[in-house]
Amino acid sequence: MANEVCFRTLDLDRPWLLEQYQSRGGYEVLSRILKEQTPPSEIIEEVKKSGLRGRGGAGFPTGVKWGFINRDAPGEKYIVCNSDEGEPGTFKDRDILRYNPHQLIEGMAIAAYVIGARRGYNYIRGEFWEPYERFEAALEEAREAGFLGDDILGSGFDFELHAHLGAGAYICGEETALLESIEGKKGQPRFKPPFPAQFGLYGRPTIINNTESLASIPEILRQGGDWFRELGVENSGGTKLFAVSGNVNNPGVFEVRMGMPFAELLELAGGMKEGRQLKAVIPGGSSAPVIPGAQMMDLTMDYDAIQKAGSMLGSGAVIVLDDSNCMVKVLERMSYFYHEESCGQCTPCREGTGWLYRVVHRIETGQGRPEDLDLLDDVATKIPGRTICALGDAAAMPVSGMLRHFRDEFAYHVEHGRCMVGGNGNGNSN
Amino acid sequence: MSEDRATVTIEVDGREIQAKAGDMLINVTDAAGIPIPRFCYHKKLSVAANCRMCLVEVENVPKPLPACATPVNDGMKVYTRSPKAIAAQKGTMEFLLINHPLDCPICDQGGECELQDVAMGYGGDVSRFVEAKRVVPNPDLGPLVSTDMTRCIHCTRCVRFGAEIAGIRELGATGRGEHMRIGTYVEHALNSELSGNIIDVCPVGALTSKPFRFRARAWELTQFDGIAPHDAVGANIHLHVQNGKVMRVVPKENEAINETWISDRDRFSYEGLYSSDRLMQPMLKDNGAWREVEWEEALEAAVNGLRAAMGSDSAQFGTLIAPTSTVEELYLAQKLTRGLGSGNIDHRLRQTDFRSLGDHPPFPWLNGAIADLEDVDAALVIGSHTRKEQPLLAHRLRKAALKGAYVALLNPFEVPLSHDAEQIAVSPASMVAELAAIAKAAGVKATGDLKKRIDGAKPDDRHKAIAQRLRDAGHGRILLGNLAAAHPDYVLLQALASELAQTVGAGLGYLPVAANSVGAAIAGAEAGRLPGWKRTDAAALDAGAMLEKGLRTYLIAGIDPELDCANPAGAVATLAGAECVVALTAYRTPTLEQVADVMLPMALFAETSGTYVNGEGTWQGARGVVAPVGKARPAWKILRVLGNLLGLEGFDYESADAVRSELEAECEGFEPAAGEIELGDAALMLQNDGLVRAGDVPIYAADTLVRRAGALQHTPDATTGFVSLNPTEAARAGLADAREVRVTQGENSVTLPLEIDPAVPDGCVRIPAGVPGSAGLGVPFGAVGLEKG
Ligand SMILES: Cc1cc2nc3c(=O)[nH]c(=O)nc-3n(C[C@H](O)[C@H](O)[C@H](O)COP(=O)(O)O)c2cc1C
Ligand code: SF4
Ligand code: FES
Repeated sequence: MANEVCFRTLDLDRPWLLEQYQSRGGYEVLSRILKEQTPPSEIIEEVKKSGLRGRGGAGFPTGVKWGFINRDAPGEKYIVCNSDEGEPGTFKDRDILRYNPHQLIEGMAIAAYVIGARRGYNYIRGEFWEPYERFEAALEEAREAGFLGDDILGSGFDFELHAHLGAGAYICGEETALLESIEGKKGQPRFKPPFPAQFGLYGRPTIINNTESLASIPEILRQGGDWFRELGVENSGGTKLFAVSGNVNNPGVFEVRMGMPFAELLELAGGMKEGRQLKAVIPGGSSAPVIPGAQMMDLTMDYDAIQKAGSMLGSGAVIVLDDSNCMVKVLERMSYFYHEESCGQCTPCREGTGWLYRVVHRIETGQGRPEDLDLLDDVATKIPGRTICALGDAAAMPVSGMLRHFRDEFAYHVEHGRCMVGGNGNGNSN
Repeated sequence: MSEDRATVTIEVDGREIQAKAGDMLINVTDAAGIPIPRFCYHKKLSVAANCRMCLVEVENVPKPLPACATPVNDGMKVYTRSPKAIAAQKGTMEFLLINHPLDCPICDQGGECELQDVAMGYGGDVSRFVEAKRVVPNPDLGPLVSTDMTRCIHCTRCVRFGAEIAGIRELGATGRGEHMRIGTYVEHALNSELSGNIIDVCPVGALTSKPFRFRARAWELTQFDGIAPHDAVGANIHLHVQNGKVMRVVPKENEAINETWISDRDRFSYEGLYSSDRLMQPMLKDNGAWREVEWEEALEAAVNGLRAAMGSDSAQFGTLIAPTSTVEELYLAQKLTRGLGSGNIDHRLRQTDFRSLGDHPPFPWLNGAIADLEDVDAALVIGSHTRKEQPLLAHRLRKAALKGAYVALLNPFEVPLSHDAEQIAVSPASMVAELAAIAKAAGVKATGDLKKRIDGAKPDDRHKAIAQRLRDAGHGRILLGNLAAAHPDYVLLQALASELAQTVGAGLGYLPVAANSVGAAIAGAEAGRLPGWKRTDAAALDAGAMLEKGLRTYLIAGIDPELDCANPAGAVATLAGAECVVALTAYRTPTLEQVADVMLPMALFAETSGTYVNGEGTWQGARGVVAPVGKARPAWKILRVLGNLLGLEGFDYESADAVRSELEAECEGFEPAAGEIELGDAALMLQNDGLVRAGDVPIYAADTLVRRAGALQHTPDATTGFVSLNPTEAARAGLADAREVRVTQGENSVTLPLEIDPAVPDGCVRIPAGVPGSAGLGVPFGAVGLEKG
């Protein structure tokens, strides 16, 4: 079964239009909640029941997060959506913005109602110009239809929602850097605690969720938490958008039930390109440690299974690598990314990401030394857990993962000054 | 809030420590003397937690935590030296060093570098980093701060200093990751009067003192304590001396006085000690020609000159002494003057309005502790360019403002501030009327001339708001600054301020003009005031009258008459016309050569022992830490010898301390009284419909020493003089396209460059005082005419 939650309108003609969304029951949940003045605690309970875990990467239970806010505390509160989607391999939120923006708006309005926010922001990745315009158009439609603005549907509930276009920094996807960026400051993560639920946007209590998390809300409340949870498997309720890329015939975003075997997902993505051999999979965005292909073929796509295999489901970005890829080259590319995207404020990440990249680069270009593998291992253990935000972890994990599973390829590079994979190691079938 | 936080017990490395819940761990361990390495943490700055050097292990927490950003809670167990903590600290150290140039042998910070120190304990011997290191270009931050940004460890202390303490964000971090750089973005010289503090807050050699660059190694310097001689704070400083020379000045911490900061003026003025025009040898004028002589001959000539003033002619003798002099010098100068039978002594050289405030005027001091200024909840400042006049007092006021205090200023031009404030900027001729309007809004009842002023006032919403805020304040303060003290209607401003203060229940304080203005008043170096600020009815001329009348004999000490007197042109002409002028001076200048007959070389701050009494009334003594240059002598010794040679009683002091003890005895029972102003007839002096000059003294023109401090004289705040007008007035005066302006004030005129500045109000023309460009003019406030130069 596919396309049951975020993509449930994908089959319609121009599903991003309000009337199309409404033809499938769009905004009914919001209307009902406002009409019945459903107690927020009930909604939170339902979301908890659904087993929805944050789709931005960390997998934190959404209902629990919402419970951190005391909606009756005086003063402004904010709901913020994270559509920054900067992790290499991730491109699922883009399709929500493009094809189902109203479901996100409805989800945010409900979240705002629950936490007592009157204002919300959707922070959209700088490169997403077309999705941004699509989202703005949807906002306009929603305002005109009275689903946003003052006294929504005569309920006395006010909620205004704004889109905020980023400027292309990956770090602005980190929730507190994102808040700084909305405030007009340099996008640098804040030290936590305090967490956004206590000290968020403009210092006010704030809930920040991923696009997919928020867009899942209306359907969860329409069909019930149990329904959603049972779509998936233990500890991984519901469906998930997987952005499959790499050496597959049909790359794209697929909404499937949690717990689907990876082999099936690969099938959906058209199977391996040119019939080549599956070498490895990076299952949850570039920061997730790599899993060798053979092992991956036995795994299911849910939080627990992937974690047991030593990696993480992350944002659901699945990067499929065939046997034409040189793992040194793959790691070099990823390390370069984290090196470039480190915000620079904290020492281990600022200095460590550059060091990692340079050593990998050295190995890739035939200048590696025998001691470099241990050096990489060591540097990669000195970053995680010692930084202000998780970018440091994100930069180190792929290094540790690669060395764990493909150490021989790195050793070969060091010894022979070249690749054991033929050709240019660029993933030829690409 | 901090008061009612619970006391908790934590355990650090097996030791039990009591702390307040919520305190940051690093504060608790610091107080307990447990060392934790750190770079980004600074007790006066916000927590950034970016260097990760202070990571420690906390029981039941999987990750190491930064001590600077981890609040303590009851029962917390901390390990600062466990294998896990040490591994984390060493990891950070290695990361910090991989891109650091390790050029300690050629780095000015070498020997006093936090990175070097910590690396000794936590760094490896050999770097595992074999790639090329990062190299960062150096921005030019102006003449005070030297940059070597390759050494920067990105702790952002300097950035936070600018944003949080100086209050102007001059430095910032641009770029991401390894490309992150500290700079001004668009390159410019630093403008903050506190900028030099970034040299101290920078833990490495990225920001160092430019004047001190490559002059000495830290370990070759000997450190002495001192007092900065420039403003009413009397910042506590360390003087670093090598081979009998002051090489640099850094702050000495004193929370009550200067916290951990000093102004750039306090930090870099020592350069004035070694200016090329220092007077090295006594000099005598013989038939118009100057020649160097030995002390004996010079003293004899001085004594002969002064002796002529004794007896029946003593009213024809007067002493003008710099308010930057030490208390001992001020005391001896008055003792000598009065010993010669004259009451003519004064330190209030820039004051113009000496009309009587009655028998019991308020004592001119801050009227409270310096630190109290941060706790005011409303303040009205009358006539002060606060930041440039009193940098560290302005900093205290800023702190108050950040805590929510309401600050209003009444000035002859709008001044750049680092906090929110209500600013009333009007022509000097309207300042009294504006203050009267506030007084009227506050419901001040007065009599006589003051009543006339108040009756005529028309309060608008701003005046009413200021009055209301002052009245609502539990802790309100009205402060009179240097621009008020130089105003021709100073007594009216004081009287109105005093009445207003009483009516709204606020304290009335003064921002003393110079480092020892309060000390001078206490030492009796003021017309009509004996030591202990005791009133005397003996005939006495104040500074203004002495120079207006023209006396036969003058003793001047520590002043450049053309720059330190209210009416420079008048002062020079009067002194030139005197029969005898004996000058105690550290510098040999063309003006002194013109007006004086004897020049006795005197020691400056750091070369002499002495005491300064700051604005809050604290007596702060300082020792001479270097020998005076050339044949210069401490002025208190010169005065002692003059007293003895003149045969005056009681000049046999063994030491400067003995002088101070004598004064202290005379001050027994002295309390700075709130006083009561009784204004007799006091007509409005400054009445003018045309353009009126406002002459502020620029920060680096304040006294003889700072005027000769080379680096400061190249900062954006340094000036030799200008005329500034707003665009409307410039157009009205036909000067819209002028570059130079001919200014005429009374009989005097000078030509100065024109600067258009919208901060100057209608009716006002700002022409700084105390600078060479305006030395040919008269008093700082008065009617002027302008024409294209
Ligand atoms: C370096 C970094 C980048 C991140 N980028 C994103 C992102 O692009 N989108 C996203 O939703 N979360 C991102 N996150 C995770 C967010 O910080 C945050 O956990 C998330 O938005 C919370 O929403 P959720 O609970 O719904 O997942 C990033 C985290 C880090 C450390
Ligand atoms: S881990 Fe990296 S990106 Fe995150 S705060 Fe530190 S330097 Fe910035
Ligand atoms: S001192 Fe704590 S992180 Fe820098």
